Amino acid sequence: MSAEAGKFKPGDKVRVKFEDRPGHIRTPWYIRGKIGWVERVYGDFLNPESLAFGRDGLPKKTLYLVGFNQRDVWDKSEGQRDKLLVDIYEHWLDPAA
Amino acid sequence: MARGHHDIGGLPGAGTIDQTEHHLSDWEILADAVNQALGAKGIKRTDEMRRAREEMDSAAYRDMSYYERWIASIEAILIEKKILAKEEIDRKLAEFESKWGEP
Repeated sequence: MSAEAGKFKPGDKVRVKFEDRPGHIRTPWYIRGKIGWVERVYGDFLNPESLAFGRDGLPKKTLYLVGFNQRDVWDKSEGQRDKLLVDIYEHWLDPAA
Repeated sequence: MARGHHDIGGLPGAGTIDQTEHHLSDWEILADAVNQALGAKGIKRTDEMRRAREEMDSAAYRDMSYYERWIASIEAILIEKKILAKEEIDRKLAEFESKWGEP
């Protein structure tokens, strides 16, 4: 699988899934349900949610650098121009209008 | 929905991060070395160690220092993979304690 296999491209608006499930999850709690944009496509990597249990990590998942406005993450008016960058795997992202 | 004891980003009351440099104890350097050796041998992966720390008893997790968590997760994974038995580890620990005293 190549990096081009990812379904999002830089600039795409995305919403992080607001999900909870048992196991090892790399998507921090505070960012779930928030809307941001794809800053960069890193490429495809073994899935840590599978590797965490001694499995093979396949199929690989596309990893993105996702940008958020700080004010959207913390519901605060200060830091109007500050951004937050988080690494998020594709299966945790939905397209956002 | 349950938030894991490790996943505390943005929680109020956590205070500021201590960014001062500090020296590592010998046992902390050893913990790092054992961790790296187990990785180099293909015995465990970082994701497994993280999962082991997430599965720990929450009160114990909060009480432990950073490298204490590393050691506890190494122990849990080695027992899970049946490379070491809990009894073997406890026996060795008792041996060290009788030789050098309580840690």
